[in-house]
Amino acid sequence: MIKDFFILLKQELTVTIILFILLFIKIGVKEMPARIVLNIINALLFLNLLAGFLFIRAGSLFGDMFQTSELISFEKNLLNLGTLIISLQSYHWLKNHKHALEFYMLMLSTLLGMFFMISSNNLLMLYLGLELSTIPLAALANFDLEKRRSSEAAFKMIISSAFSSGLLLFGISLVYGIHGSLNFAILAQGYSASPLGLFSFILLLAGLGFKISAVPFHLWTADVYEGAPVPVTSYLSVISKGAIFFVLVSLLYNVFGNISDTWYHMVFVLSVLTMIVGNLFALRQQNMKRFLAYSSIAQVGFILIGISGQSSAGSSSVIFFILIYLFSNLGAFGIVSLVSSVTGKEDIDDFRGFYQTNPLLSWVLAISLFSLAGIPPTAGFFGKFFLLLAGAGKGNYIWITIAALNMVLSLYYYLRVIRALFMEKQEQPIPKINAGWSPKIAMIICVGGIIVTGLFSGGYTYIHSFFIK
Amino acid sequence: MNYSSYIALIPLLPLAGFLMLGMGGKDRFKGSAGGIGTFLLLISAALAAYTAYQYFFVNGKIQDVYQPVTALKFTWLSFSENLSIDMGIVLDPISVMMLVVVTFVSLMVHIFSLGYMKGEERFSTYYSFLGLFTFSMLGLVIASNIFQIYIFWELVGVSSYLLIGFYYKRPAAVAAAKKAFIVTRFADLGFLIGILVLGLNGGSLDFNTLVERLTDPQSPQLVDMTATSFLGISVITWALTLVFIGGAGKSAMFPLHVWLPDAMEGPTPVSALIHAATMVVAGVYLVARLFPIFYFNHLALQIVTWVGALSAVIAAIIACTQTDIKRVLAYSTMSQIGYMMFALGVSGYGGEAGLGYTASMFHLFTHAFFKSLLFLGAGAVIHLVHSNEIKDMGGLQKLMPVTHFTFLIACLAIAGIPPFAGFFSKEEILLAASLHHPIIYYIALVTSGITAFYMFRLYFSIFWHKKTDKEKQPHGEGTVSMKIPLILLGAGTLLAGFIPFSSLVTTDGIPYHSEFHLSFSLLPVALGIIGIATAYILYFRQNDRPQRISSTLGGLYQLAYKKFYIDEIYLFITKKIIFNLVGKPAAWFDRHIVDGCINGIATVTASISSAIKGIQSGKVQQYALYFFGGILTLAILFIYLWT
Repeated sequence: MIKDFFILLKQELTVTIILFILLFIKIGVKEMPARIVLNIINALLFLNLLAGFLFIRAGSLFGDMFQTSELISFEKNLLNLGTLIISLQSYHWLKNHKHALEFYMLMLSTLLGMFFMISSNNLLMLYLGLELSTIPLAALANFDLEKRRSSEAAFKMIISSAFSSGLLLFGISLVYGIHGSLNFAILAQGYSASPLGLFSFILLLAGLGFKISAVPFHLWTADVYEGAPVPVTSYLSVISKGAIFFVLVSLLYNVFGNISDTWYHMVFVLSVLTMIVGNLFALRQQNMKRFLAYSSIAQVGFILIGISGQSSAGSSSVIFFILIYLFSNLGAFGIVSLVSSVTGKEDIDDFRGFYQTNPLLSWVLAISLFSLAGIPPTAGFFGKFFLLLAGAGKGNYIWITIAALNMVLSLYYYLRVIRALFMEKQEQPIPKINAGWSPKIAMIICVGGIIVTGLFSGGYTYIHSFFIK
Repeated sequence: MNYSSYIALIPLLPLAGFLMLGMGGKDRFKGSAGGIGTFLLLISAALAAYTAYQYFFVNGKIQDVYQPVTALKFTWLSFSENLSIDMGIVLDPISVMMLVVVTFVSLMVHIFSLGYMKGEERFSTYYSFLGLFTFSMLGLVIASNIFQIYIFWELVGVSSYLLIGFYYKRPAAVAAAKKAFIVTRFADLGFLIGILVLGLNGGSLDFNTLVERLTDPQSPQLVDMTATSFLGISVITWALTLVFIGGAGKSAMFPLHVWLPDAMEGPTPVSALIHAATMVVAGVYLVARLFPIFYFNHLALQIVTWVGALSAVIAAIIACTQTDIKRVLAYSTMSQIGYMMFALGVSGYGGEAGLGYTASMFHLFTHAFFKSLLFLGAGAVIHLVHSNEIKDMGGLQKLMPVTHFTFLIACLAIAGIPPFAGFFSKEEILLAASLHHPIIYYIALVTSGITAFYMFRLYFSIFWHKKTDKEKQPHGEGTVSMKIPLILLGAGTLLAGFIPFSSLVTTDGIPYHSEFHLSFSLLPVALGIIGIATAYILYFRQNDRPQRISSTLGGLYQLAYKKFYIDEIYLFITKKIIFNLVGKPAAWFDRHIVDGCINGIATVTASISSAIKGIQSGKVQQYALYFFGGILTLAILFIYLWT
């Protein structure tokens, strides 16, 4: 019994242990140099990732509040991987930061929250996890302590999330009012498309839509992304979004399967709006972070297409895409983060002539952007194709056409950055940047991931195998 | 015998060249890059020739029918329970023919560039890009599966983007590369959706399986796709039309051709490779691949026919008025591809009825020779005079004898004068059109006359027109490496027409003997000669006749000169409508409402009231309002209106 507890909860426990280790380092008598601390943390996060692949078992705990399975463990491993990459990338930013340890403590708490959220088998648990993963994030957004924009971002984020959480909670209470239970299995049996049922569903969808920044619940995104430090922005746009998508897939498929006809159309509306708005705004952005923020909003619209597939292929293509998106987006953010922390420059125009001084970094950024744009042979191409293929199974070709048009539109702005990197010049381009080994490892992981996951079918097949019983 | 062992090498060798030269950076292979690239391609071309020999003359035929051979096949991944994606190599008459064409032309371009691109700063980058392009094109050709073809299709787009934009310091080249990429990508979205429809409804992505299922009237897939319709048009027609849109984009068919003339900003040998023989015929190849399905769908086939015919005639008219020699060649390519397209459109299926199909592939084959010859010749001319404009040329026949002679051969070939290659293939196309589609036949006939005219306009203007001015042109014709490809391609242009194509490439793989009709050929040849004669009168010596004619034609001439204003229409739609009406307001909203709130409200109020209270209050409320509005809209839509 007790053994079960440790095995089923092992990923949460490892993160907690790391948290405590950090706490001990923090309150330890001797002050350690930041460099060593960061290396220790990276090593711990790496061990955490490895540990995630051991002793995988399915089961539930805490009176069916918490569940885990091979799929869920895999999803948590993905988040671990992303966290490790971000940690490696933020080396330059954190090595001079006075509160590097707090950064990790906050980040790991949110990670813990996401783990509980993914593993939840009950709406209340889901809510708990969601809050745990949100509140520390607002503190993280404020982590450029001396910058006003950073605190502004944090403030906006906390207020907006409080608002969305309130509505989410309202939705949950309505659900409880109808069914007298918040357990997923019970809800799945009895959920009906009554007006009240639909309304509470809409509240839930909006609450989650807020986190993935689906239009029209996205307005906080650009400001927060721009104001927050780059590593936090990339954490928000990849890890936190990815976790919500894992939850969303399982909620929509397993809990709200009864009203799938209705949610299909809601997702349709949200997806189309999200793609169009995201792309149109991204088209004219000058700030690199804001540009990536809007382009990542557009990606959300694509992921929603995959979700609409309502098949094993649908859920596998979504998870597969998130894996690819993790590599691609973190690859792009990694370079932006590096440049921003070394030179403080964040505008697209600042990147003109970047290839002349930093050919290697330019290629990493270019490959990541190509993958985000969905150009073969990068993984993003396969990811997007699979999303569309899964979504097209429903026969809604209007949706697919809008998506494909948006792909062309997005190509336009991705090429703009590529052009700035390779083909344009300026008087004083960004000087040569010495990346240091830990961001380099992150780049290798990202570029390797972008190339390998696309060309080798193993990734998709592995994910798909979770869904075929 | 087992093909797979060496066939995979044909595309992989250029890929190896790309990786090696690409990884090496700008300097490591500075001197040897050309040699390495050319050598790898030489092996590739030799293997392709051997494959063709094996296939056509040794073991491709089983009981007198050419069978498609799957040289390699494996399941790449299984997407869902009933759809898996295979990868493989398929050999059939057209893929084998394309292997030969692509490797041969690419080899010629590799050799030509040794002289032409010499001294370029990014010489090895250039060869690595050539390798990447050749690899993608070969991969496209041998793909056994529609998804696989799509991957390479996009890769071809990427590598041509790199090649067209090679002179990245020239803004025009960068803009042209982007335009080509985006226009073809736009067309590709049709292709993408077509693939999804075909794949999901046909239950397979494999070409052979698809052709099998969608040509059998009894198969459940075809019955289903014919029965269901969208906007009054059956699903199968939609699928084929969408696939064709993709093909039309790559093959620069009207009205998706706008990228092709601009793409001439790339290095000239690149145009010879991409815009003459390989990438631009990909669309024709794609339709030919799916031809049996197209054949059973009347409407889709009609679209192919008319788009092809219109492109042929429009491009020919525009070509008469252009003054940049590469642009003339670009429009001429578009016109010739139009021929190939409508030849497929008028073709029947099986035996001699499939003459159009054979003729189309034949023309693709001969066109590859004479058009890349024309482009390389133009390259040699540009190399000498350092200009693309006709007015800077003239009287070059004595200065560059080899170029002059080979260029003349190519012009005669494209004008359809016997016994040059273009004559045979064009005759077959005209014959097929006259048998199945008289209107198209007359369009084609007129176009062939115009073709002869504008090609000889070009020829006379470059090589005669003025007196030879030796002092102005200090250096000679170019290096040996530039002459060899011209001579080899010239020989190809002379001989390719005598290949009995109908006994090699047919719709159903069964060879037949096509007859030669002397009486039928008289009219087109006569028209060709009239075209040449007109060009002679107008352009052989300097005179003011062309001026007079163009001023008499006035508006009509302007219309053609401005390429029928098609570019302007596109610009209007993208720049004016999309940017101004949608993009600008969106950006304005973002900058003024969203940012303005931060900057304006934040700074002003922050100084007055306390920091926390002041900074964001107005702003976040607004967000909340949108949030709430979203929920309400969803609720109203789906709770009250939907049910």
